Amino acid sequence: MMAVFVVAALVALAGAVGVLRARQPVHSVLALILSFGALAVLYLSLAGEFMAVVQLIIYAGAIMVLFLFVIGLLTARLDPAEKGPEPLRGQVPAAAAAMAVLGLLLAGAGLRAAYAPADPAPAAGFGGVRAFGHELLVTHVFPFELTAFVLMVAVVGVLILVGRRHA
Amino acid sequence: MVPISAYVALASVLFILGGAGVLLRRSPLVTLMSIELMWNSANLLLVAFSRQFGSHDGQVFAFLVMVVAAAEVAIGLALVVLVFRRRERVDLDDVHTLSG
Repeated sequence: MMAVFVVAALVALAGAVGVLRARQPVHSVLALILSFGALAVLYLSLAGEFMAVVQLIIYAGAIMVLFLFVIGLLTARLDPAEKGPEPLRGQVPAAAAAMAVLGLLLAGAGLRAAYAPADPAPAAGFGGVRAFGHELLVTHVFPFELTAFVLMVAVVGVLILVGRRHA
Repeated sequence: MVPISAYVALASVLFILGGAGVLLRRSPLVTLMSIELMWNSANLLLVAFSRQFGSHDGQVFAFLVMVVAAAEVAIGLALVVLVFRRRERVDLDDVHTLSG
């Protein structure tokens, strides 16, 4: 189990670093897919079977294909934005400092919560489709319905934004 | 058995990397991808704590986060398409049409 975690964590981190360092947006998408795949493996190691499948289908599949379409449509033949002169000076050290402070805060808060007493063995079927579906559609059905509304508003918004012909 | 603190540390580092991407990269597409990275680190924490406490609530909430992230990507990419239609080359540090 530990070996799986270490390998998947290293792949996820490598993908995240690749997103930051890639020159072309297409390479960022590929690195991000790598990271998402590793996260799916981590979900499996956490008894989240349904979450792992959804991660692969929605994120590594649908959302990344959306990114690829937009990149192919808009920027495939353009130079990356970073090649031009930098309008805001000194953003690298400022970002490094801000992220270091945020990292300390996150690690402190998260690690303090991590040492609460644990329930070592979840019940059989935990995280499977049956248990997850029951939880989602019986216990939390109202938030589930709300997300349907959110998605509909998003789709209508996209149509209004991009779908107009002579704006 | 992997301790949950390992997952917390990994999620923190992923979140930091995503935040650094938002602050540093000037291409709007890469910035959106970094935001996805931050969503995902939050999801990893939710699933990890869901396993820790033997409750499905964390996983359900991570699923809802995924749905909201999908909506956000759809809107964000639509805005990116609009900005690209108006300008040849998009540099986020350079887009200040909305500033008063």
